[in-house]
Amino acid sequence: MSATAPEPTVVQTTPALELRDLEVSYRVRGIWRTVLRGVTLSIARNEAYGLVGESGCGKSTAAFAALRYLPRNGRVMNGSIHVDGEDLLSMSEDEVRQLRMSKVSMVYQNPTAALNPSIRIGDQVAEVYALAGDSDDRAHERAQEMLSKVQISDPVSVMRRYPHQLSGGMNQRVVIAMALATNPSLLILDEPTTGLDATVEGEVLDLIKTLRGEFETSLLFITHNLGVISKMCERMGVLYAGRLVEEGPVAEVFDRPSHPYTIGLVRCIPRGGVRKDKETLDTIPGFLPQLGAELPACVFTDRCGLAEEICRQQEPPFHRVTDGHCSRCHFYERAHTLPRATGAPPVPRESPREAPVLEAHGVRKTFHQEGHAIQALADVEFALKEGETLGLVGESGSGKTTLARLLIGLSAPDEGSIVELDGAQLAGSVNKRKRDQVRALQIVFQNPDSALNRRFSIHRILGRALTMLTGEHGEKREERLRQLAHSVRFDVRLIGARPAQLSGGLKQRVAIARAFAGEPRIVVCDEPTSALDVSVQAAILNLLVELQAQKKVAYLFISHDLGVVRYLSDRIAVLYLGRLMELGAAESVFDPPQHPYTEALGSAVPTAEGTERTRIRLVGEIPSAASPPSGCVFHTRCPRYIGDICKTEEPELREVEPGHFWRCHYSAEQLRELQKTPPPGRGV
Amino acid sequence: MSSFGEPIGSSVTAAEPPAQAESTLEPAPSEAKVIRRERLALLLRSKTFIAGAVILAFWIVCAIFGYLIAPDDPLLTNPVKALQAPSSSHLFGTDTLGRDVLSRVIVGARDILIVAPLATLLATAMGTLLGLVTGYYRGFVDDTLGRIIDAILAVPVVIVGLLSLVALGPSTVTVIFVIAVVFTPVIARTVRAAVLTERQYEYVAAARLRNERTPYILFGEILPNVMGPVLVEFTVRLGYAIFTIATLSFLGFGIQPPAPDWGLQIFQHYGLISGGYWWPVLFPALAIASLVIGVNLLADGISQVFER
Amino acid sequence: MTRFIAKRLGLGLITLWLLSVLVFFGTQILPGDVARRILGPFATQSAVNALNHQLGTDKSVFVQYWDWISGIFHGNLGTSVATRTSVSSIVFPALWHSAKLAILAFIIVVPLGILGGVLAALNEGRFRDRFISVGGLSATTVPEFVWAVALILVFALWLGLLPSTATAPPGSGFFSQVEYLVLPALCLVFVLFGYIARMARAGTIESLDADYTRTAVIKGLPYRTVVRRHVLRNSLLPTIAVVATQAGYLIGGLVAIELVFNYQGIGQVLYRAATQKDFPVLQSAVLIVGVVYLVATLLADLAYSLLNPRLRFESAA
Repeated sequence: MSATAPEPTVVQTTPALELRDLEVSYRVRGIWRTVLRGVTLSIARNEAYGLVGESGCGKSTAAFAALRYLPRNGRVMNGSIHVDGEDLLSMSEDEVRQLRMSKVSMVYQNPTAALNPSIRIGDQVAEVYALAGDSDDRAHERAQEMLSKVQISDPVSVMRRYPHQLSGGMNQRVVIAMALATNPSLLILDEPTTGLDATVEGEVLDLIKTLRGEFETSLLFITHNLGVISKMCERMGVLYAGRLVEEGPVAEVFDRPSHPYTIGLVRCIPRGGVRKDKETLDTIPGFLPQLGAELPACVFTDRCGLAEEICRQQEPPFHRVTDGHCSRCHFYERAHTLPRATGAPPVPRESPREAPVLEAHGVRKTFHQEGHAIQALADVEFALKEGETLGLVGESGSGKTTLARLLIGLSAPDEGSIVELDGAQLAGSVNKRKRDQVRALQIVFQNPDSALNRRFSIHRILGRALTMLTGEHGEKREERLRQLAHSVRFDVRLIGARPAQLSGGLKQRVAIARAFAGEPRIVVCDEPTSALDVSVQAAILNLLVELQAQKKVAYLFISHDLGVVRYLSDRIAVLYLGRLMELGAAESVFDPPQHPYTEALGSAVPTAEGTERTRIRLVGEIPSAASPPSGCVFHTRCPRYIGDICKTEEPELREVEPGHFWRCHYSAEQLRELQKTPPPGRGV
Repeated sequence: MSSFGEPIGSSVTAAEPPAQAESTLEPAPSEAKVIRRERLALLLRSKTFIAGAVILAFWIVCAIFGYLIAPDDPLLTNPVKALQAPSSSHLFGTDTLGRDVLSRVIVGARDILIVAPLATLLATAMGTLLGLVTGYYRGFVDDTLGRIIDAILAVPVVIVGLLSLVALGPSTVTVIFVIAVVFTPVIARTVRAAVLTERQYEYVAAARLRNERTPYILFGEILPNVMGPVLVEFTVRLGYAIFTIATLSFLGFGIQPPAPDWGLQIFQHYGLISGGYWWPVLFPALAIASLVIGVNLLADGISQVFER
Repeated sequence: MTRFIAKRLGLGLITLWLLSVLVFFGTQILPGDVARRILGPFATQSAVNALNHQLGTDKSVFVQYWDWISGIFHGNLGTSVATRTSVSSIVFPALWHSAKLAILAFIIVVPLGILGGVLAALNEGRFRDRFISVGGLSATTVPEFVWAVALILVFALWLGLLPSTATAPPGSGFFSQVEYLVLPALCLVFVLFGYIARMARAGTIESLDADYTRTAVIKGLPYRTVVRRHVLRNSLLPTIAVVATQAGYLIGGLVAIELVFNYQGIGQVLYRAATQKDFPVLQSAVLIVGVVYLVATLLADLAYSLLNPRLRFESAA
């Protein structure tokens, strides 16, 4: 747990938020479906409370209920909500409005959408003060002060701008400024950094932490990311299927998780150092229940490795594990004995053969947009060996997806780029590639909903892929189809279903099966798990590892999640503004000496184990690819900036150690020495 | 006005979307049927759809069995009985040539209910094809066709129809042709927009990554996904086709005499209104109004179900 | 911004040129020669030849097209075949008459339609919404001429409240002119109401569901302020832009309405030119209708991009 968070000074006063037996239902197609099943929690003054859970568990519903802002089809069926000691449910509309104005605020995902596109930033922030009774001038003055407090360096010009002219991170600062404007007693943060880049996320989280000290506000922090909770909160609750299953101090819960669900969640995240050849990830079997589904007395029974008959019959009470740490499990005392769901042993690592299957030399891609040339990729070089995984990381706009599309032939690289499969140059467009080349190079897309034709059955989707890629028909094809489904652990009985009837994890299995239909040699995985819930992610990662071991396929694995990339990759490449900044073995890339950008990227990620590194702040925003900085493209934000040489001269991609390349003027020795201490803050 | 506590709008976005059923585990044996059944159930629950269907069904019966139902021969002229007010022998009265207005209204459903669907079907087929191609290829083809479509749309449909019918001479075939030509770009535009959305989905890329030919991608992969908008567009355009054909007939450029067409009947008698002869105008007018309203209620119901 | 305007203007001109080609060659595809069609099968060949020569229809179509276009640039729209007077003297006064009718209709229907749409949106799914939506849809789909005869029947014939023609006696004052125009304008109102209300409703619902509206409510702003300041600001702009594009459609509706009400507007001119096969008048009138439509959409686009910060700063960003 972080040491910098202010100690909760628990004065015996009314809690900032108190939910008691809260039950909320939504009416969908004429039926009331329960979303929150009797949630009781209380957030003390000045306390930061984290609420974790996967999609559909009701965490956002809890947040909106605390503002009495439920969708029209939603209703509080039972229980009570008290904000600052006031009973929210018995208030008149006007009192609720007063409360929203002064005591509760909320920040949520997608900050750019949260701001009105046609009103200037300044006016939107000032509105809050004007509402509180300030004159127009005074309101604008205070708005400007507030914007400085959220560390916007040029508030005067930001005030005059519109949301679309600012970056997502900047907009989130504005939203936070608006939320804190009236110094509320409770601030609800609903996935406030989801969708932001890692370095920006780090900045926003730091900001919230700083402001907490300044404003005496309690936080309800809602997220699916355990790392964020561990960084930001003192106490946490775990929500599953609308029921709070475990609650306690953050450090306690991470150290001694006492509910099988929490244990599963903690186990299935690839954590620092764990790699595919050492340990398979644990998974939580089964699926997230449907909204408002009929569930056994203990809602987790169907997915629990410890479940017994009593779990179906009797709802477990909140057992006290230690002071303030409770678990809603009959067997909380032996919950840690929860058997692993995946029995398969890790696949021992084979040293990949030396001959590369795929080679890229001097790959460039330029987009032309309204007269501007935007260089999305510049001189990208790498080789992919048989059976190897190359992880590709980078923030938005770094060119990850462009590279993926280009390799599989969905868009052609610039003239002069070389992409070779087994030593033979590949045509730019997939339409011009030979059938063997096409089947050798496949992709798993990020979002299976988009990647699977929603009109077709799984049988047709896979069958067509087999026919086209292998040329097989009839009974032979059916046999192959069954094998294929089996190989991705897809129940053949579901083969007649359409994508919409399957869960996210099953859909992604189908997408993987399709990629493997033609026995590919290289599969590009473009963020294959980022649309999935954590408990599903692990199973998919295990599957990818297993398939790789069986079929000797090479992966180019793209992800923004460094933990996942680290777990899966043999080597890792780091992209920034279309340039390869660093490329090396997975073990070496995340430890010094490392490229300054990789260093910053790694430090920005909040981790669940609590060993917090000093975060390296990156100055400013990611520059636009349309006008990249001169010299080293990273020099505008580099924490290890040397001097003019970085501005004027672009460093080459050099081999600094055997098999370890980077694009920096520093040598390996220099950086190893420098990185023993965190960099001096630059201009923050 | 809704109150504060209640969120404004049916904000499904306000919290976790409850309307979207997550995923089920066990699929029903025949899945396509289920979706179809569910849609049908939704349609049957829509009051507008039912109202529209009933009205349309009524006129379809008149169109098919008109001559059997009609009390008199709609074409039989009888100058002696010209312009008789509604009475027990002629419920809707008679027109200038002594023909029974009721019979003419009943049988009048036939021509428009043949011409309008045919024309709309033709336009939908051509528009869908055009929309698929322009939406998928974009670039030069798309730009050029887009300009031409803009030029056609710059002139009101009725005037384009007028112009073409003057050029080609009025006849039923010409009417079908004209309506088809005028509606094709409109439908193409809608389909194109839907295709532009679809082609961003990665299943299109996935099809290319197994060497599918473009026609298969267009008709095998994309078309099934845009059938919803196509169906909606068809029903909406059907309403407009009836509207336009009635107007053209009223202007004398559509269905030709002595056919008992409604627009034509109004055209032949609207000058007599100020003389107090309202019946040969009012009843066909009500017929047109009910038919177009019926078709549009139907279209509204369908679009509510398919555009979700 | 200037680049945007130049681009829109350029596209508009190309569209106009295409339109002129379509209109001109569209009327040329008919079989036989023009004079023969005008004079009928019994006219002597020499009379036909003479008329063809007079009309210029004995020249090649391309030359004719060029004559027509260059004439337009010199302000000469040609001569009517039917009345032997200049086309401009027929078309422009008629255009003015129609404009009066259209303006009156717009003044009534735009606020009404927007109000209806916003009301429906704020009550989405309830009776008031269904009433406005279904009612508006039904009103929109009934052809203008049906509305015209229905309104005449009710207000002129049975109630005797309003005149059944649209042309006020010469020398009438402003108010009596308006009185004569009320019924025809109402026909347009009925037909346009549903359309405008539908656009306003869709825009408002989209805006009501947007995250920024949620932000505004959670800020604690009063509901009225949320709607006025945050919702309508974003929803009405596109609606107004769409309304402007209805100008072209309006003229189509005018043909039937002006015929029923016997009003000397552009629709009547088009209709008469069509029935009399008066091609010079027909071609020019259609072209002018096209110009009106394109100018209206251009202005709407401009207003939209001027008022919308997202577009205004596009080129600056």
